[in-house]
Amino acid sequence: MSVDQETFADRYPQEAELVRRAFLVAFTALGLGALFGIFQALHRTNVLRIIPSTDYYTALTAHGVLLAIVFTIFYLVGLYQWAVTRSLDRSPTNINFTRAWLTLMTVGSAITGVTILLGFVDQIGISADVLFTFYAPLQAHPLFYTGLVVFIIGTWLAGVDWFRTWLHWKQDNPDERIPLQTFMVLTTMIMWYIATIGVAIAVLFFLLPWSLGLIDTVNPLLTRTLFWFFGHPVVYFWLLPAYMLWYTVLPKLAGGRLFSDPLARVVFVLFVLLSTPVGIHHQYVDPGIAEGFKFIAMTNTMFLLLPSLLTAFTVVASMEHGARQRGGEGLFGWLTALPWRDPAFTGMALAGLMFAAGGFSGMINAGMNINYLIHNTLWVPGHFHLTVGTAVALTMMAGTYWLWPQLTNRRLYSRPIGLLQVVMWFGGMALMSNSMHVAGLYGVPRRTAEPQYAGFDFNTAFGSMAELNIQLAVGGTLLFVSTLLFLGNLTLSLGNPKVEGLGQSLPEPLSGAEDSPRVLDNMRLWAGIALVLVVLAYVLPLGAIIQNGGLFGTGGDAYPVSVLGTFDGLDAVLELLGVGR
Amino acid sequence: MHIHQYEKLWLGMSLLLIVGFIATITYGAVGVGVTMIDDSGGNVDPNALDEHPEFSDPGVEKVGENEYEAYVVARQFIFQPDPIVVPANSTVTFYVTSADVVHGFSVVGTNANTMVIPGEVAEVTVEVGEPGEYGIVCHEYCGAGHHSMEGMLRVVPEGEYNSSDGGEQ
Ligand code: HEM
Ligand SMILES: [Cu+2]
Ligand SMILES: [Cu+2]
Repeated sequence: MSVDQETFADRYPQEAELVRRAFLVAFTALGLGALFGIFQALHRTNVLRIIPSTDYYTALTAHGVLLAIVFTIFYLVGLYQWAVTRSLDRSPTNINFTRAWLTLMTVGSAITGVTILLGFVDQIGISADVLFTFYAPLQAHPLFYTGLVVFIIGTWLAGVDWFRTWLHWKQDNPDERIPLQTFMVLTTMIMWYIATIGVAIAVLFFLLPWSLGLIDTVNPLLTRTLFWFFGHPVVYFWLLPAYMLWYTVLPKLAGGRLFSDPLARVVFVLFVLLSTPVGIHHQYVDPGIAEGFKFIAMTNTMFLLLPSLLTAFTVVASMEHGARQRGGEGLFGWLTALPWRDPAFTGMALAGLMFAAGGFSGMINAGMNINYLIHNTLWVPGHFHLTVGTAVALTMMAGTYWLWPQLTNRRLYSRPIGLLQVVMWFGGMALMSNSMHVAGLYGVPRRTAEPQYAGFDFNTAFGSMAELNIQLAVGGTLLFVSTLLFLGNLTLSLGNPKVEGLGQSLPEPLSGAEDSPRVLDNMRLWAGIALVLVVLAYVLPLGAIIQNGGLFGTGGDAYPVSVLGTFDGLDAVLELLGVGR
Repeated sequence: MHIHQYEKLWLGMSLLLIVGFIATITYGAVGVGVTMIDDSGGNVDPNALDEHPEFSDPGVEKVGENEYEAYVVARQFIFQPDPIVVPANSTVTFYVTSADVVHGFSVVGTNANTMVIPGEVAEVTVEVGEPGEYGIVCHEYCGAGHHSMEGMLRVVPEGEYNSSDGGEQ
């Protein structure tokens, strides 16, 4: 057996098992999330209403948390564990530590997930219908916040694990450049550490103690601002694993090599620097934040387009290079030489195409004044189903078609079904997202079980609401079927016999790391600058919010979403311990 | 560092695009004077709106030649007053706050769109045109009855406007 046919599972059986375990959680969340997705698509449009409208928000909370947090982040840690081990060619320093953080993340997700789902069972009186943004003073059951904390601590330890593996590798290889994939992992994690400061403060210092009855009030604008401190960079936490696949795997699938390793590094560094000091762009229409701060966030946001525009260039250039290696010719003729029958390639290429469309609608969101028209309308989920819902999710599914055989030593059950699946996702999303964008322009709100109002109708410039509703429902159904095809294909693959030689190597870039300045690999420097930028962007607005509204707000009650009314967690704990109060 | 010719060109165009965007938006905000929601509305105690000079009795007041102020309270799951009645061809400044959780306030089909956050007062100034009726929706999830939270903005001809219309609930 030659070295280049050896699979990851052959060389690192224990690590491969952990990667599979992370993917298992990710795909369970994907399946459940898609089920709620089709419920929403049919319910909103009044095509089919199975659950009562009050339960719609339980489903929507589950959909948001399961897909945007559990699916994406478990896929990320699986992929990154593979990438670090593979590119350093080295096991984690202590694999039990790796097991421990994965277990923590799983337990945390299970606690939060179950708390949300209990919202369907009124008798129990536990609920967390607060959506994935959990804006106070709506209040979830304390277990919702607790699970979140446990989950985030798990991700922090994952980062510790990867940094530690890298430092040990560095001791053995003092003069070498950080391998590209490891570089991507480390920069992503620096960004994550900075980003999670916001949500950690919001949950640990305010929301969790408040849900336990330890403090009476919170400042809703403050916790909301801390959420968006985290909420924008989390977008890049979803995106960067997809970028890793586009930079390091897609060129291979296209039959060529990555155009430029140095540029890939620059792109990831730009994300570390710019992705956090922009969160206020989610609060353009919030009262209590001065216009100047919104303006700074807008300017930073626009510069954040740069790394994505650079990525577009590299991805297309690498694909063209691959196509020409395969004999493609002409100005556009090379496109026909690409391996369109390969679901991994086609999935990623279609995901990239949708990302371009998503980038366009994103630029509109980012403009402060245009934002007034579409803020909190259906336009917004229309936008992010192109980005996280397709650019990220479809790339992750496509990447799985390539990676899964190397993690299991079994062939994929069916490539044609895989191809059908990715094309169906693309088609379904084109319909769903288009109708959401248009409905949003007419003012139809998001996060609403029945956007049909008694006192007025939405004015449609062309087409009718009925047509848009059908489009949304059909699109959502196609997406759901596509998800089932994906999960079914993977499950059936487990029935294939184990074979040898499924390993795949990744080619070296055309322009390697040696072409780039060493300073790019200085993680301390980038983390330091990023922190300074965050302080500059946030100290004044946070200071003003606290000065005007107080650290714990101006008063007001908590509004627990639990049906049994206020839940005093402390009382419950004391009662359990038999102390009573 | 080695950068390909085309890459440099692309980088240059990207930067140009970004600067262009920032310039147009800046022009929109400063030149044309599109106003933004900001911190000018001040703070209130959501539990003490009853004692507030304006929010205790939400409604529309005349404050100048053709200028009106509308005080609006959003609470689970209504807007007060409903409808909000204003005269055509006037300037109306809305002050919107919440008595409980976070809500949204959006006059459908227009740019009048703000978050409503307890403790904060959102200030939105609108140039009102011809008579007509506009739906108002709460566009932020605010609890199990969120989808039923709607209101109405009624723009009546100047002659028909009676100052008590918008003032009383
Ligand atoms: C089967 C495929 C899917 C369908 C049919 C679907 C459908 C929908 C619909 C109709 C909404 C809007 C609900 C509303 O605002 O009232 C929504 C919201 C959302 N979707 Fe999806 N979706 C799908 C896949 C995904 C994926 C793959 C992701 C991310 C990885 C995702 C993330 C979200 C998020 C974050 C929200 C917003 C939740 C909120 O407003 O709190 N969805 N989805
Ligand atoms: Cu954002
Ligand atoms: Cu609402």
